[in-house]
Amino acid sequence: MGAYVLRRLLATIPVMVVVAVFVFFLLRLAPGDPAAIIAGEDATAEAIAAVRAKLGLDRPVIEQFALWLYGLAQGDLGVSIFSNLPVTRLIAQRLEPTLALTLSTLIVAVCLAIPMGVLAAWKARGLADRLVMAFAVMGFAMPTFLVGYGLIFIFSVKLGWLPVQGYRPIAQGFWPFVETLILPSVALGIAYMALIARITRASMLEVLSEDYIRTANSKGLATGRVLMLHALKNASVPIVTVIGIGIALLISGVVITETVFNIPGLGRLTVDAVLKRDYPIVQGLILVFAGAKVAVNLLIDLSYAALDPRIRY
Amino acid sequence: MSVAIAIEDAPTQKSLAARAGDAIRRNPTIAIGAAMLLALVAVAVLAPLIAGDPFRQAPINRMRPPSERWWFGTDQFGRDIFSRTVYGTRVSLTVGLSVALLSSLIGLAIGLACGYFRALDAVLMRVMDGVMAIPSILLAIALITLTRPGLFVVIVAIVIPEVPRVARVVRSVVLSIRGQPYVESAIAGGTRSMKLLVRHILPNTLAPLIVQGTYVCASAMLIEAGLSFLGAGVPPEIPSWGNIIAQGRTFFQIAPWSILIPGAFLALTVLAVNMLGDGLRDRLDPRLARRM
Repeated sequence: MGAYVLRRLLATIPVMVVVAVFVFFLLRLAPGDPAAIIAGEDATAEAIAAVRAKLGLDRPVIEQFALWLYGLAQGDLGVSIFSNLPVTRLIAQRLEPTLALTLSTLIVAVCLAIPMGVLAAWKARGLADRLVMAFAVMGFAMPTFLVGYGLIFIFSVKLGWLPVQGYRPIAQGFWPFVETLILPSVALGIAYMALIARITRASMLEVLSEDYIRTANSKGLATGRVLMLHALKNASVPIVTVIGIGIALLISGVVITETVFNIPGLGRLTVDAVLKRDYPIVQGLILVFAGAKVAVNLLIDLSYAALDPRIRY
Repeated sequence: MSVAIAIEDAPTQKSLAARAGDAIRRNPTIAIGAAMLLALVAVAVLAPLIAGDPFRQAPINRMRPPSERWWFGTDQFGRDIFSRTVYGTRVSLTVGLSVALLSSLIGLAIGLACGYFRALDAVLMRVMDGVMAIPSILLAIALITLTRPGLFVVIVAIVIPEVPRVARVVRSVVLSIRGQPYVESAIAGGTRSMKLLVRHILPNTLAPLIVQGTYVCASAMLIEAGLSFLGAGVPPEIPSWGNIIAQGRTFFQIAPWSILIPGAFLALTVLAVNMLGDGLRDRLDPRLARRM
């Protein structure tokens, strides 16, 4: 197990190196003069030269690359072109809302989608199954912003139950914090829930046809106990895999959800940076998001052994 | 599978309508999805006949709710949202189809190369893993930051993150086919690599490639709308669904139709493509269908 963890940990290094190299050369290989594009339509020659110097584009590529990797190794993601603040500090300032949104979406999605999938598999071909499958197909086609604005329209504008937009840090009280997260979490989680419900149903259907489930049922165990303890636990490996794969969906969705609900997190930071063409920030955010995705995949891989004792490394 | 259908259909000589009816009953998902898509393609092609001028501004008619005169209402410049939505169909379908086509072709080439030439595999797949680690919308955003906006740039920016997904599927098919006895015997018989790839391996990748292509198409349309919504997509003067929604954002509480209606069209289009994809998957790959 220890050797496996180490091997898996080492395997993440090449992936992150590819991401870093990719992000680095994206700027250098872009068609046209990126410094001119970043400086804007009617920038003077001096302004363009200043941007070029700031991005280090006036130095030889090898030197630039060495400096970039050296900085990265020390956790230095560069400096914003417009505010001159270190990118790491800008990211740290915006981390809380995004973490809160992602975690609450994860909780909402898992708590709703797994019971939906279990119910659908238990009542396979029945009405509940059809409803869950219809939701799964629809949910996957729903653009995040449509769900977001639809929810705001119904629950905030028409019914007035929840705040329209915005974010309250947890330091300002637990309920205001939760209140602002409910709609964004549902909007962000719809596609994710569709994915989890679908795979839960499929995996449960497979397990429910096993002999040991028939045995458990025929010796008179309560249905709930059979479903949850005997079936769900054995169906959990694909479900956990999909929960992990879906994190990627959440990360992409965060950018849009934060814009719809006006949440000042990393997604908003991305959009603001893009609109101002502040490339160092975009670059830093890509690394952070990719790192998060790689870390989640690692955790998922390591969790298999805990979920299924037959898996040994 | 096609042989069985031919035998079943041949002796009875049913009318075209009856055969179409059979096909729909056998495969309702494909039929519904395809019908919805055909209708959308018709809307896109016939846009000038169906809709009025999507650019004409009429300040007196600002933010009118949907009515008999303006079916989908008007926006803050008094532009007709029905006309804009109809023209938006063109943008979404163009992006969806071009991205699906381009990423399938590039992904197919990379997947075949990786699956067949093992020396290439280690390097190329590491690169693919790295690209896949970057959330697609962020990668597209980064590419767009560095170039001047345009429809083609958006298409390229969406193709790049989709390619590894296609390449992976193709590669796994190639790897499983390579071990088959008929491929081994072809190798033993001295078939050249090129012929082997084209004649024996390529045909096996087509079914999963088509299925994957439909999912790429759906995700491309969602990403394009997302990018335009964020202000990093096709130029704002083009009436794409994402742009209509982005421009309706400020006045959402007064004129919610300018967001909800184009959004619903996008959802329907994606739903149609996904249904077609699910149906094709069930039909072309029964093994996978049972698992889902």
